Amino acid sequence: MPPGDLPPSLAANPRLDRWIRFADRNVVIATGKVELGQGVLTALAQIAAEELDVPLARITMVSGDTDQGPNEGYTAGSQSVEASGGAIRLVAAEARGLLAAAAASRLGADVADLAVEDGAFTRDGRPTNLDYWSLAEMIDWSRAATGAAPVKGPGDYRFVGQSLPRLDLEAKVTGAPFIQDIAEPGMVFGWVMRPPRRGATLEGFDPASLGRFGDTIAWHRDGNVLALTARSEHALGLARNILRAQAIWAGGEAVPDQAGSPDWLMGQVVSDRVIETGEPPVAAGEPIVATYSRPFLAHGSIGLSCGLARLDAGHLTVFSHSQGVFPLRGAIARALRLDPATVSVMHRQGAGCYGHNGADDAAADAAFLALRHPGRLVRVEWTRDDELGFSPVGAAMAVRLQASLDAEGRPAGWTTEIWSPPHAARPGTNGNVNLQLAEALPDPPAAAPAADIPDAAGGGGIRNAAIPYAVPGQRIIHHLITAQPVRASSLRTLGAFANVFAIECFLDELAEAAGRDPLAYRLELIGDPRARAVIQAAARTAGWRSDAEAGTGRAQGIGFSRYKNRAAYCAVVAEVEVGEEVRLSGIWSAVDAGLVINPDGVRNQIEGGILQGASWTLKEQVRFAEGAIASRTWDDYPILRFSEVPPVTVELLNVTADRPLGVGEASQGPVAAAIGNAVARALGSRIRHLPLSRERIMASLLAD
Amino acid sequence: MSLQVNGQAVAMDANDPVMLIELLRNRLGLKATRLGCGLEQCGACMVLVDGEPVPSCGREAAAFAGRAVTTVEGISAGGLHPLQQALIDEQAGQCGFCLSGIMMSGLALLAANPDPSRAEIALALDRHLCRCGAQNRIIAAVERAASVLRGGGVHAAG
Ligand code: FES
Ligand code: FES
Repeated sequence: MPPGDLPPSLAANPRLDRWIRFADRNVVIATGKVELGQGVLTALAQIAAEELDVPLARITMVSGDTDQGPNEGYTAGSQSVEASGGAIRLVAAEARGLLAAAAASRLGADVADLAVEDGAFTRDGRPTNLDYWSLAEMIDWSRAATGAAPVKGPGDYRFVGQSLPRLDLEAKVTGAPFIQDIAEPGMVFGWVMRPPRRGATLEGFDPASLGRFGDTIAWHRDGNVLALTARSEHALGLARNILRAQAIWAGGEAVPDQAGSPDWLMGQVVSDRVIETGEPPVAAGEPIVATYSRPFLAHGSIGLSCGLARLDAGHLTVFSHSQGVFPLRGAIARALRLDPATVSVMHRQGAGCYGHNGADDAAADAAFLALRHPGRLVRVEWTRDDELGFSPVGAAMAVRLQASLDAEGRPAGWTTEIWSPPHAARPGTNGNVNLQLAEALPDPPAAAPAADIPDAAGGGGIRNAAIPYAVPGQRIIHHLITAQPVRASSLRTLGAFANVFAIECFLDELAEAAGRDPLAYRLELIGDPRARAVIQAAARTAGWRSDAEAGTGRAQGIGFSRYKNRAAYCAVVAEVEVGEEVRLSGIWSAVDAGLVINPDGVRNQIEGGILQGASWTLKEQVRFAEGAIASRTWDDYPILRFSEVPPVTVELLNVTADRPLGVGEASQGPVAAAIGNAVARALGSRIRHLPLSRERIMASLLAD
Repeated sequence: MSLQVNGQAVAMDANDPVMLIELLRNRLGLKATRLGCGLEQCGACMVLVDGEPVPSCGREAAAFAGRAVTTVEGISAGGLHPLQQALIDEQAGQCGFCLSGIMMSGLALLAANPDPSRAEIALALDRHLCRCGAQNRIIAAVERAASVLRGGGVHAAG
């Protein structure tokens, strides 16, 4: 493979020693991707173990380290196994090849006569005394990868395709593996106050209010940044409460109470872009039009955003559960006017991360305070109020669909219009620093206008806007809302959740207008055999019942998508009972994720995505009052509970097709659509706006 | 005054306002108890107090004078507890952040009801939030642990 054809992660980080090192009878594999609870480090270790022919226990993963690992940007978009896994596979195969060549030349043997068992070379089945570790020194690992080493075929896999247990789980049920657990004597506890509204200025603050703490508390002010450091967490908590009550803020951009509602979204100033320009054929019927929406959503990680930093002899070391340590390093350096070469960022695991949450901001908070306490480790942990009130939120969306039916009842002409703020505000996006701390500094870095994720990366608001069904004359228009008072950014699936919900529900509306069963209608309109297979499998395992039961309070619904129109295929059937609220009685799904590295890991991800998607669909909405986010506790922002969780079945199809397709974001859109369609059939009337809350169900029942 | 933590007496000043979770995490270094909200709403910080699950984030440690507090470190002192093993066997968890607290409610349930139904387990764990959506596997792990603790072995998976 010529260098220009290396996979992007490897082309960007060609040196082999950026990825692999041999030490102490271990193989250290470095990846730019990070563990977010999705099991990626186990899958990547399996890939390395496979190509190197060593047991998993010999692999040590180093992940998300600006000093020691490759720069792979963000861990996002369900691409880690495809991107980092693809690179690691080639690097491990190349390392094995180099070591085998070294062994062969030592032994005066032919490479073809050598085999590897647990990193040791055998010749014609007999030990040779040579192994990876004794030979590794002979090789110059600073050389660039060629990507040309032959890799194993699926028929030879021993580790890939096995449901090996997660490498990180035992520590998580016995010990202290999380970033929040890092501590050392003399550590300083810090907290940065957030302006209550974006752009608000600090008008009043009386340092005397902290007088009773003596020297156990220090305060720091720089422009509109007001921060505390303390010797104990307890003192910090008390001082924080005083600051919250005492500091006076003025101005700033108030968020209207209606923010996120379809009317609000469709009433904003937008920048329009036509993505698909299909001309609808002269259609037979009257157009059918429907508008769907989803509100702003919170990440709602169970842990709290946390960052630690220490300044030693002019070098700043930052620990973060960020999804992108390299972009975060750049953003912190710019915000605090440091040379990036004097900043290291290292990933440490946090609680489940579902997109751009408060991790980067907490890291910047810690960095800001570390500069004020040289030689000390500074730890910043947000409160639940900070977490729900100031983390970026998943962007609200409105989706208006229009289609006509031809004489056969098939859609002819289909227009999708999407209103959405950008789903992209990570540190570094569009050259912006995008750290909350930076916005409040006296001389904040200049900001470029907000823009969405590029289409080539799957898009933000338009993700999965293209319908997978054969319909002549498809048009897609993106109304990007550029000015926004609330910090919207990436939440798992980005635009796909709302788009798939809307499209798949609308398809049921068309099926109903055409007098067809929703399952049969889908199969009539979709040709891709992999899509058909997952739709049929989900329907079969669910025991799909045709729509004889409309309006009976109990029904099934179906939803399908291929994530990003190019990643994993996922179909979901949901069964609901609707009284005053929706009760889920069962969820069945079928998934084609191509080559599956760890089947149980994929199932775990799909199950989790289904339940998180169900939670978004039934319960979740960020609310606003007095110009700011009003949902600040778990009481104000309820999520799905144990007693509300239905049994979930996941069937994996086609597990050896040769390219792995990410699954972390495959199921949320389909499950929302399946629930939406089931509820519509159970009620005999459709609710098009999420969440499908008790209030909306009651309103629908009363309207009948 | 003192309280017992994992069988050890911990002396403290009755006027010390430190919260129980901070005593555990910051002073005793028992970090497996996790802070999720500080509002007694999520269950991440659950510990056992005289065998009953109690959130450790909302009350001062001094309020537990004379009581016996058990944390994850306490249950795993002699090797993996069957419930921990069951969580691993079921691969019950994604990030795993919720599991420490859930184990505490699970243990209390199993002590009171050695053969709980799925619905009884869900009810016993209903105070706990899991944002990753690992609830079904966690329920399966509690069922598995119940079976092991009853000495009945484990039903074949599937
Ligand atoms: S941290 Fe105590 S209940 Fe949430
Ligand atoms: S496994 Fe992540 S919160 Fe439960």
